[in-house]
Amino acid sequence: MFVPGNNPAMMQDAFIYGPDSIMLDLEDSVTMAEKDAARLLVHHALKTIDYGNTEMVVRINPLNTPYGKKDVEAVIKAGVHVIRMPKTETADEIRELEAEIEKVETELGCLGRTQIMAAIESTLGVINAYDIATASKRMMGIALGAEDYSANLKTQRTPEGMELLLARQTIVVAARAAGIDALDTVYSNLNDMETFRKEVELIKSLGFDGKSIINPRQIEVVNEVFAPKEKEIQKSLTILAAIKEAEKRGSGVIAVNGKMVDRPVVIRAQRTIDLAIASGILTKEDIA
Amino acid sequence: MSTLVERKDLIAAAAAQMGKQVYKGAEDAKNPLPRKELHQDGGKVTTLEDAIKQTGLKDGMTISFHHHFRGGDKVVNMVVAKLAEMGFKNLHLAASSLSDVHEPLIEHIKNGVVTKISTSGLRGKLANEISHGLMEEPVTFRSHGGRGSAIATGDMHIDVAFLGASSCDPMGNACGYSRSENAKSICGSLGYALPDAQYADKVVILTDDLVAYPNTPNSISERNVDHVVVVDSVGDSSKISSGAIRDTKNPRDILLAKQAAKVIINSGYFKEGFSIQTGSGGASLAAVKYIRQSMIDQSIKASFALGGITAHMVKMHEEGLIERLIDVQSFDKVAAESLKCDPMHKEVSANEYASADEPGSATHCLDMVILSALEVDVNFNVNVLVGSDGIIRGAIGGHPDTAADSALSIIVCPLLRGRIPCVVDEVTTLITPGSTVDVVVTEYGIAVNPSRPDLKERLVKAGLPIVEIASLRDKAQSIIGHPAALPFGDKVVGVVMNRDGSVMDVIKNIKG
Amino acid sequence: MEIKNAVAGTLESGDIQVMIAPSESKGLHIDLESSVAFQFGEQIKKVITETLTGLGIEDAQVKASDKGALDCTIRARVTAAAVRATGKDVWK
Repeated sequence: MFVPGNNPAMMQDAFIYGPDSIMLDLEDSVTMAEKDAARLLVHHALKTIDYGNTEMVVRINPLNTPYGKKDVEAVIKAGVHVIRMPKTETADEIRELEAEIEKVETELGCLGRTQIMAAIESTLGVINAYDIATASKRMMGIALGAEDYSANLKTQRTPEGMELLLARQTIVVAARAAGIDALDTVYSNLNDMETFRKEVELIKSLGFDGKSIINPRQIEVVNEVFAPKEKEIQKSLTILAAIKEAEKRGSGVIAVNGKMVDRPVVIRAQRTIDLAIASGILTKEDIA
Repeated sequence: MSTLVERKDLIAAAAAQMGKQVYKGAEDAKNPLPRKELHQDGGKVTTLEDAIKQTGLKDGMTISFHHHFRGGDKVVNMVVAKLAEMGFKNLHLAASSLSDVHEPLIEHIKNGVVTKISTSGLRGKLANEISHGLMEEPVTFRSHGGRGSAIATGDMHIDVAFLGASSCDPMGNACGYSRSENAKSICGSLGYALPDAQYADKVVILTDDLVAYPNTPNSISERNVDHVVVVDSVGDSSKISSGAIRDTKNPRDILLAKQAAKVIINSGYFKEGFSIQTGSGGASLAAVKYIRQSMIDQSIKASFALGGITAHMVKMHEEGLIERLIDVQSFDKVAAESLKCDPMHKEVSANEYASADEPGSATHCLDMVILSALEVDVNFNVNVLVGSDGIIRGAIGGHPDTAADSALSIIVCPLLRGRIPCVVDEVTTLITPGSTVDVVVTEYGIAVNPSRPDLKERLVKAGLPIVEIASLRDKAQSIIGHPAALPFGDKVVGVVMNRDGSVMDVIKNIKG
Repeated sequence: MEIKNAVAGTLESGDIQVMIAPSESKGLHIDLESSVAFQFGEQIKKVITETLTGLGIEDAQVKASDKGALDCTIRARVTAAAVRATGKDVWK
C-alpha cells in the first residue's frame, strides 16, 4: 500500500488495515520543497512505529537527483526492509543503487540487510526487465508503474488495460525467470471498485504476485480476488501432508488418492497455502 | 303513550337518586360561524409573551425543551431570550439535550435568568464554560431513559414545557413533520418531547406551520396542550443530518464497522427475528450496512430496529430486511420522512423507548446495540460525556439504557484519536457501567468482557482478533506515551445520574 | 550557531508545525499550542528541547502548533526546521 511520506497521520495508521507491505513514498507524492522534511519523517517513523510483521518499503528519489543518496542513507539507518527504485531503465542503475546501499550498510555493520524492488515505468525498462530483475542478488521484485509507462508509450490507460498487456506479461516472465516477485501497478479511481476488481482478476490470471494499492479500502478486494477457494486449499493441504508423509518414509514418490503428484503440483499447492495465509483465511498455526 | 312531560317526575326522581341536576336546556345560542374561523384565533393560539404570561410561570420554576432539531434548534434560544426580556430569573432549564447552537445561554446564565440546567449532553462553548465553572449549581446529566423516568415519577417536575413542532393545529395536535403545503421544517419523531407533553403542568407548542384541525395522525395530543404559538421557524432541518444516506469514507470507521458487523454475525444473536439499535457515530451507523449482506445471504430478517433511526435502517426496512422501526429520534431527513409516511415506522416516547421502570420499554426487548465511546477503561466502563481533556463535549443519550437492557452491547471506538487514547486505566467520567458492556471493538483488536465467556468462545471460534482489554490500553500507551493528569479544580460542575435515579459520578471543574 | 527563520510541518491532524527563529536571549524559548496540551504539553516541550540540544542548538525562539503529533513526528519536524534554520544537514 502506497502511503505519502510527508503525511504523519497516514503513516501512523497504515498498519491497522493489514496490508502485506507498506510503501512510504519520498518520490512523486512529496514536493521538491518538502523532500528534506519527508525524509526525516519517514526515517523517524520507521525507527519508532511498530509495524508488526508488515514488510516496510520506501520509494526513494532517483539517484541522479539531489535527494536519492540521502534517501538511501536515511532509510537504511532506520532499518527499512526494501528500497524501491523508481523509473528503473537499466541494470546499471540497480548496480549503482546496490553500491550506495553497501556503502551505508558497511558503515552500519549490517551488510546485505536491505533488499531492492525496481519499478519499471518506461518502454526501455520493459525491454530490459530480465536484466534488471537479475542485476543484484538483493532484487526481491519488479513492479510496473503504469502511468509513466503509458505516457512513454504515447497512449493512455483504459479500463480493459490492453495497452499494458505486453509490459505486464514481460514483467511477470522476467520476474519468474529471475525467481523474484512481480507486482502490478496502482488503480487510482477509488469510487470504481468494479473496474478495480476486474483489473485485479486480470493481473492474478497473468501470474502477478500482488497489486499495488493507494487506499485501505482497496485491500479487501485484492485479498478476496487473491484468496484461494476452500476446495483448492483442502486439496493443497492434502498434497502437502502427503509430502511430509513421504519425506518421513524417505520415499521420493508421492501419490495422493492413487495419483502421482509432480513437482509443479507441489509448488502450486505450497503457493495456494501461502496465499491463504496472506489473505487471512489460514493462520500459520493451522498448518503446523 | 309516554311523553317527556309525563316522564318529568320520573326524571326528577332518577336525578335525585344519582345526586344530579335535571337538564335545564342550553344556555347559549349556537355560534353559526364555520368552525375553521371560530377556532383560528380563539382559545389556544396566542403570542409567545402572552402564552408565557398565561402559563403562570414564576421565577425559580422549571422549563423544558426537546432537542429533535439537534444543531438546528431555534426554540431554546428564542424562548429563553423572551423570558430574559420579560425579567424572569433563577429558572431551571431542563432540556432533553443541548448542543453548540445553545451558546447564547452563556449570557443568560451570567445574567441569572438560568441558574440550573438538566440535560443529556452539552457541547461547544457552553460546555466549555460550564466545565470551567460558569454555574454555581452543577448541571444534572441524565440518560434519555433516565430523564423519561424522572419526569414520570416526579423526580424532575416540569412547570412549563416549550415544545417545537413542525405542524400544529389550533387545538394543539402537533407533529414533528407537516402534511401541508406550507411545511417549513421536519424533525420526524418527537419522542423526547412526549414525556414533557404528558407530565408538565403547562404545555406551549411553538410551530412554524399552523395547520387546519385535525392535524392527524398527531404525536402530541391537544389534550396535553395549553397554548399554541406560531413562529417563523422552530428549527433548521438541514442540521439534523444531511438528507441522503451518508456513507463514511473514513477507512478507519469502515474497518471498525466491518469488525463490529463480524461480531454481530458471529455473536449467537444473529438469528431470524433479532432486534438491533445503533448509536450515533460514523462506525456504529455504518456497521448496519455491513450486516445487510449477511442478512440477505442467510435469509435472516430483523423484527425491529430501535432508537435513533437512520436512512440505512429505513432502506433495509423498505427492502423487507427489518420488519418495523421504533423511532424515538429521527437521525436524518430520510428517517423523518419515513416516520411521516410509513405506519410500520412507529414513534415512541423516551419512556417507552428506554425507561428502566417501564417493563414494556423497547430497550427491554432489544437483542443488540452498537455504541460509540469517548473512552473505555480496563473494567469496560464507558465515558461518552467528558473529553479526555476534562471538558464536557458529548451526551449520554441512550447509551447506558441500551447497554444495560440489551442482550449484547458492542462498543466501537478507535484505540487512538490523534494523540488521545480511547482505552484507558479509568474513564474520566463514569457514564455506562462496565457490567453492562459486553464487547469493545477497536482497530487493534476486539476485547470481550470476562463476564461473557460464552460470547468470547463464539468470537474466537469465528477467527476474530480477540485480545485482553488491558493489552489494548498497553498498546495505546506504547504508541502515544503516558498522558499527564488533568488539572481538575475542587468545584463540582456536573452530576451524573444513573437511570435508576441514583447518583453515579460527579464532574469537577477544569482549570486552565 | 547562526539561525535563520525557518518552519517545518503542517497544521494537519497528527502533525506539528515548528517555527524556529533567532533568540535575543540565552536558552530555548518554546511557545506551544497543542490540542492535547493538558495531557502532553510537557512531554512535547521535552522532545523539542532534546531534539534541538542534540543538534547543538542552545538559543532559539520556537513556536510550535501541535495537532496531536506523536513523539517521532515531533522529532522529525523539529529536526527539519533546525536543518532549514542552520543549513546544516543531518545526512552526508
